[in-house]
Amino acid sequence: MSASYPPLSRKITNVVMLTLTGLCTLLVLSVLLTILGYLLWKGASSLNFDFFTKIPAPVGQSGGGVVNAIIGTLKLLTLATVIGVPIGLLGGIYLSEFASGWSAFTIRYTTDLLNGVPSVVMGIFVYTLVVVPMHHFSTLAGGVALGIMMIPIALRSTEDFLRAVPRSLREGGLALGASKSETIVTIVIPAAIYGILTGIMLDIARVAGETAPLLFTAFGNLFNSPGWLQPSASLPVIIYTYAISPYEEWHKQAWAAGFVLLSGLLVLNIISRVILARGKKISHG
Amino acid sequence: MANAVLATPEAPFESRGLDKKQTLWERLRKGDEVAHLITLAGGWSILVITVLLVQHLWVFSRLSRHAFGWHFLVDSTWDPVNGHFGAWPFVYGTVVTSLLALAISIPIGIGSAIFLAELAPRKLSNGLTFLIELLAAVPSVIYGLIGIFLLIPFLFDVVPYFQRFFGWIPIFNGTFYGVSYFSASIVLSIMVVPFIISISREVLIAVPVSQREAMMALGATKWDVTWRAVVPYARQGIMGSIFLSLARALGETMAVTMVIGNVAQVSTSLMAPGYTIAAVIANEFTEATGDLYLHALIELGLVLFVVTMIFNALARLLMLTMKGHEVVG
Repeated sequence: MSASYPPLSRKITNVVMLTLTGLCTLLVLSVLLTILGYLLWKGASSLNFDFFTKIPAPVGQSGGGVVNAIIGTLKLLTLATVIGVPIGLLGGIYLSEFASGWSAFTIRYTTDLLNGVPSVVMGIFVYTLVVVPMHHFSTLAGGVALGIMMIPIALRSTEDFLRAVPRSLREGGLALGASKSETIVTIVIPAAIYGILTGIMLDIARVAGETAPLLFTAFGNLFNSPGWLQPSASLPVIIYTYAISPYEEWHKQAWAAGFVLLSGLLVLNIISRVILARGKKISHG
Repeated sequence: MANAVLATPEAPFESRGLDKKQTLWERLRKGDEVAHLITLAGGWSILVITVLLVQHLWVFSRLSRHAFGWHFLVDSTWDPVNGHFGAWPFVYGTVVTSLLALAISIPIGIGSAIFLAELAPRKLSNGLTFLIELLAAVPSVIYGLIGIFLLIPFLFDVVPYFQRFFGWIPIFNGTFYGVSYFSASIVLSIMVVPFIISISREVLIAVPVSQREAMMALGATKWDVTWRAVVPYARQGIMGSIFLSLARALGETMAVTMVIGNVAQVSTSLMAPGYTIAAVIANEFTEATGDLYLHALIELGLVLFVVTMIFNALARLLMLTMKGHEVVG
């Protein structure tokens, strides 16, 4: 019998290692499913109607909800979007349509670095920038912190989607006598609008769960926060404070809040990724 | 003019001959330079923010920098009551948890990336990658929640058995309280593994087919091809993903704060509770009494900023050559 090639030892290595890579994937997926499943189970069982309509009950009393944190999170995200998205959009348009050479490189590189700044450091920054001059914590400070954190992704995703617009479309616009800015506003941006919007949705989903920067900016609040200049509760911070508290009742609330927050984020994520995947298919014919 | 696409960005305002009778809105719509300048402001605001960030961290840490100098980093006494601040327990905790997290997540991450890029059919691979990237969308605080109520009870069951066999090794001995460097590292490894998988998978897929065919033609097995021809070709991008994950692990705050125990001590044992830079900032910042205390915490933020920027910059440089990759999160 002639010796087969490759030798048996290498065939065994082959099978063993390839199986191991499959097991790695299985492990990661099972961790994901465990996390989602556990959160779903714990969270859904702790949810009730009061959770969405009442403010927190005093310690020792059961019941109560986190309506103040839900409203707080929505206000913070609105403010963050108003601050972060316009800057990101303009920067993205600049990088894709106007910038070249070192200016483009510097901005692109700085944006990526800013994206990597730990969120807790961003919290310190906004604390010194907004909270120190104002002398108190506020929704405004929290919104600024989240807004700054939104800029890098808004900017880079806008740039990417604008770049994906074929050059021929721009040339068509220019050939019809439109100025460059008219071409951008009426042709290039509409062509990329779905991509840009989904990028912004993903961006909002990313900062919605940020906790560390809010600890020193929006702080927290046991009641509804009127206006924009008072400390405000938010879902992520309430999850944190409730989770590390010693009260069983608060743990339940933390699970429910985690469930609500994560469902929101995952829905945003899945919708935007589906839209993106479909858009890619269409643009590639 | 219609050939504006050829105009240099530096073209002066007047050369366009803007009509002064036009309303502001018309000038905005028609004026390419105006559009250029406005978008330029958007782009440059990134630089302004970054400069402000560095300046604020620098100015607001001056008391601590002047009082302790470089000694701050290696001094292991953190005593807010007597106004003496040394960062060593936090630096140590940060480095230990991040490195242990990488030690866990690198093999698993690269293994999964190989499976997804080389073995799984492309449709299945895309679906699974989609799911794995959802892991990256889960907020830090939710990992902390899971860590407290699911991981730590689980470790309480497992670790005593583990210690019965390996407890004689210094890094595994001592009483296990649940909160520990080890728990924090596991949570961190779960948090960074999606980044390693997602980026590594993309660089592996981007390896030219000829690279595989050449080795296959020599009679190599699938594993040999992958390990000796594909992975080395993609090693730059894989290193980039590892540095990126390291930067994330170093700066990760909430999940670590919730499971590491928050004790400012240096322990050889991974089973002991500890503290990290990000965790001490999150815990003590709003309670800091006195300027020196606050400045010491902000100096910790400055240290964290500099270190994560170095690793991020390295990661980006490594991945700069990899065209068309997308970074999740």
